Amino acid sequence: MSTQSETSTQTDTEPFEESVLPEGWELVVGLEVHAELATETKMFSPAKNEFGGEPNTNIHPVCLGLPGTLPVVNKKAVELSIRVGLALGCTIQRCIWARKNYFYPDMPKDYQISQYDQPLNVDGRLDLPSGSSVGIERAHMEEDTGKSTHIGTSGRIHDAGYSLVDYNRAGVPLIEIVSRPDIRGPEQAKEYVDELRSILVTIGASDGKMEEGSLRVDANVSVRPVGSDELRTRCEVKNVNSLRSLGRAITYEAQRHVDLYNAGDSPRLETRHWDEEDGRTRSGRSKEDAEDYRYFADPDLVPIEPSKEWIDEIRAALPALPRDRRNALLARNADPHAAAMAVARDLDRLALDAIDAGADVDSVLKHVANNLAVDGAETLDPAAFAELVKMETGGALTATQAKQVLAEMVEKGGEPARIAQSHGFEAMDTGELESLVDQVIADNPEEWERFVGGDDKARQKMQGFFTGQIMKATKGQADGKIVNQLLMAKAKS
Amino acid sequence: MSDAQMPTAAEIAADVRTGATTAIDVVERHLALIASSDTEIHAFHTVAEEAARSAAAGVDEAVAAGRDPGPLAGVPVAIKDNMCTRGIPTTCSSKILENWVPPYDATVVTRLREAGAIVIGKTNLDEFAMGSSTENSAFGPTRNPVDPTRVPGGSSGGSAAAVAAGFAPLSLGSDTGGSIRQPAALCGVVGMKPTYGSVSRYGLVAFASSLDQIGPFSTSVAESALAFDVLAGPDGRDSTSIPQPHQPVLPVLGEGVEGLRIGIINELSGRAGGDIAEGFESEVVAQAEAAADALTAAGAKVDEVSIPSAVAGLSAYYMIAPAEASSNLARYDGVRYGLRHDGPNTASMMAASRTAGFGDEVKRRIMVGTYALSAGYYDAFYGKAQRIRTLMITEFDKVYEDFDLLLSPTSPCVAFPFGAKADPITMYYNDVCTIPSNLTGHPAISVPFGTGEAGLPVGVQILGPMLAEGAIYRAAEVLEQAAAKLAGASANEGGQ
Repeated sequence: MSTQSETSTQTDTEPFEESVLPEGWELVVGLEVHAELATETKMFSPAKNEFGGEPNTNIHPVCLGLPGTLPVVNKKAVELSIRVGLALGCTIQRCIWARKNYFYPDMPKDYQISQYDQPLNVDGRLDLPSGSSVGIERAHMEEDTGKSTHIGTSGRIHDAGYSLVDYNRAGVPLIEIVSRPDIRGPEQAKEYVDELRSILVTIGASDGKMEEGSLRVDANVSVRPVGSDELRTRCEVKNVNSLRSLGRAITYEAQRHVDLYNAGDSPRLETRHWDEEDGRTRSGRSKEDAEDYRYFADPDLVPIEPSKEWIDEIRAALPALPRDRRNALLARNADPHAAAMAVARDLDRLALDAIDAGADVDSVLKHVANNLAVDGAETLDPAAFAELVKMETGGALTATQAKQVLAEMVEKGGEPARIAQSHGFEAMDTGELESLVDQVIADNPEEWERFVGGDDKARQKMQGFFTGQIMKATKGQADGKIVNQLLMAKAKS
Repeated sequence: MSDAQMPTAAEIAADVRTGATTAIDVVERHLALIASSDTEIHAFHTVAEEAARSAAAGVDEAVAAGRDPGPLAGVPVAIKDNMCTRGIPTTCSSKILENWVPPYDATVVTRLREAGAIVIGKTNLDEFAMGSSTENSAFGPTRNPVDPTRVPGGSSGGSAAAVAAGFAPLSLGSDTGGSIRQPAALCGVVGMKPTYGSVSRYGLVAFASSLDQIGPFSTSVAESALAFDVLAGPDGRDSTSIPQPHQPVLPVLGEGVEGLRIGIINELSGRAGGDIAEGFESEVVAQAEAAADALTAAGAKVDEVSIPSAVAGLSAYYMIAPAEASSNLARYDGVRYGLRHDGPNTASMMAASRTAGFGDEVKRRIMVGTYALSAGYYDAFYGKAQRIRTLMITEFDKVYEDFDLLLSPTSPCVAFPFGAKADPITMYYNDVCTIPSNLTGHPAISVPFGTGEAGLPVGVQILGPMLAEGAIYRAAEVLEQAAAKLAGASANEGGQ
């Protein structure tokens, strides 16, 4: 590859939007997601699986790989992995543990116990909220490595004076979920990870925290001419630490490939690292001269053969998945975006109950989206919530008042009618409001001129001014929507 | 070697339990013998004097308080130095672990302690159990107590020699391709390799995980059975441990071999047609045949049987064992424990540490094993070896439909002089008769049976199917009695 083509791509990859590729090119992305399983102890060792401890405190002879120690499979980790497989519609099969051999200081045995040619879960599918579907090739179990800290000028390994290793994470159970190369854009990739994370959290398999590294994403990126079904040389992009980075990294990398092809060159099979600060990927090790992992079946472990009974038991205990929960709202004519938001906020049960108690779908979901992003919202009594929404849609409360009452219901509980009464909230008579509007206009003639005669910008500014004045005069009891209608009507007359 | 007759494990346990003697007296007596004789033999890397005395005091206290310390009360046991002992160095006879002290006990060590046994020390071995003479120890070889100019066999040479010299009535060895049975044969003691999975490997420093198995050395068959009943049984810390409870073998001793069908494996008998097969000593072959006669005389039905894959075992073994070893020994990288040689970066530090820490035989096997597992070679080497292993298991299982037990010499030769088998391939051939049981996972024992060249001990091997230790011990006991009778007769002849 030429350095020229690499540098030439640096400037023209912003902004990062869907369909960033030049006409005629298609993105092909497969994602590998590593999620730490939410177990009490590690994959093969009795040491605690806990984030953030003092270095080298959650350790045991087994996860330190001391001579003579042997791994014993954590049954809970297998159960959680089966949950993942079931949630992704995978086939659960007899699986074999394999050793992946390579030397690395943060890997105590200098091999990783993983699964190779016979993984636990194969052939699944993930349906995304926006309607597309991504194939799952496999979801297998493995153990995590420790963490190295390189002490030196740049924090990078090549000029480190020395390194410190923390084995707290060594042996933490992971599930690696490998998608098929079905993803066609950065937004879809982000949606895939978001939905996958939501599933993992819902079924209790993982806490899914990207910022703590309990969910890690590697992207296999390639491009091809539109209409082709070939799979061209891919690059594996690592070190992507947020959804935003994922989108940026995929876009950058795809554009780099297009530029290479356009220059008559082609990418080579390699691992590349995303540099968040510079907004570009950098070459890591080449896969061609990469290490040979010398996989072989781990003779210290026996194959896992999950019985049909066990799988059925796990299936029966699975909670409703995000997709099913969204569908329940959609079946009640919810807006898809609002439904997704309610599920993401874990307030869909509340919303469903309120809707089923007779409250208006859109109003319920509006409150869920805008006014209930607070701690304790999930404890709200659905019947009381429904009552509040009915008061609002019936005109007994303005939007502002409803929001205030709702906040108090979350904080202290109680009946919406009584809370409204205690605040002295009564829907303001429109006639009363109109005379108040006239009064405010009369008091501010210059501002009114600018509202009536000004350009859009000025009008907007003045609208805010008048609404504010009227709200002040009514102590927030006026319905903002009606105030606006009155202002517009008066400006036209 | 020592003229003073040392008591058997059973005698010690009985006397300690009844208070006829104390554990501390027993320990002192053995420590004294070790102190006077082990400078020559070099069976031990570490003599755990203080730990042994304190453990003995604990046993004596228990007896004094009216508690039963267990079936091995006060019995000194020597442990091969590849089994972890909390607070006592565990070196695997390698410079790379020269100063490593484990923070935990192997399951077998825990079981011995719980049965009242006393860990008296850690014994020499070929580095990481790779070898058949204990000459591959980084800390010098062990001498054979029967003839100190000769090797004790290996890799558990120190443990075999310790029992032969009377340093301990019992010792533990590990057997990956014959490493208990061959040194037992060469030192004239009993050595048993149990069914794979019947004794926990937790705490045994791995050489080849699918082949390694721990077993006892003793001077008699009964003591071996006594020790095996203590060692065997499920262990939650070893996933390959057999989950069913252990069926004790002591109760079946003395039942004899009347009606048992015993096969002589043609391919391992040391005969090629009417001649002695290459690599075998004629006296060894003759003793194995005499053993077959003794079993017939005791009522067994003895026949010849052919197991064609048995000879391919050696080649398969020397692919599978190094392949697993190349992965098992990767962890000795200088990062966490053991020897470290510095380098300009992590990779060179690891390379320098491993270069300095491992001996030639270990390096040879790591290289062979790494090659056998490499992409593009896996199927031709490791894959093929695994298929041979599967074929061998099938053939043995088929033979065991018609036979209860099988018989062969343990080793093709008696104890050889130091340096006599410097060529690795010649050395590997020592394991030809013992390797099949490791590949199949079946149990086998070596019992002393007469002598060969230069009056040196010969061992005969009895093999059985999975969990057939009971029948194996019954036949071994018959051979032990027959050997004693034959020795007595020839001593009488010699006296006339």
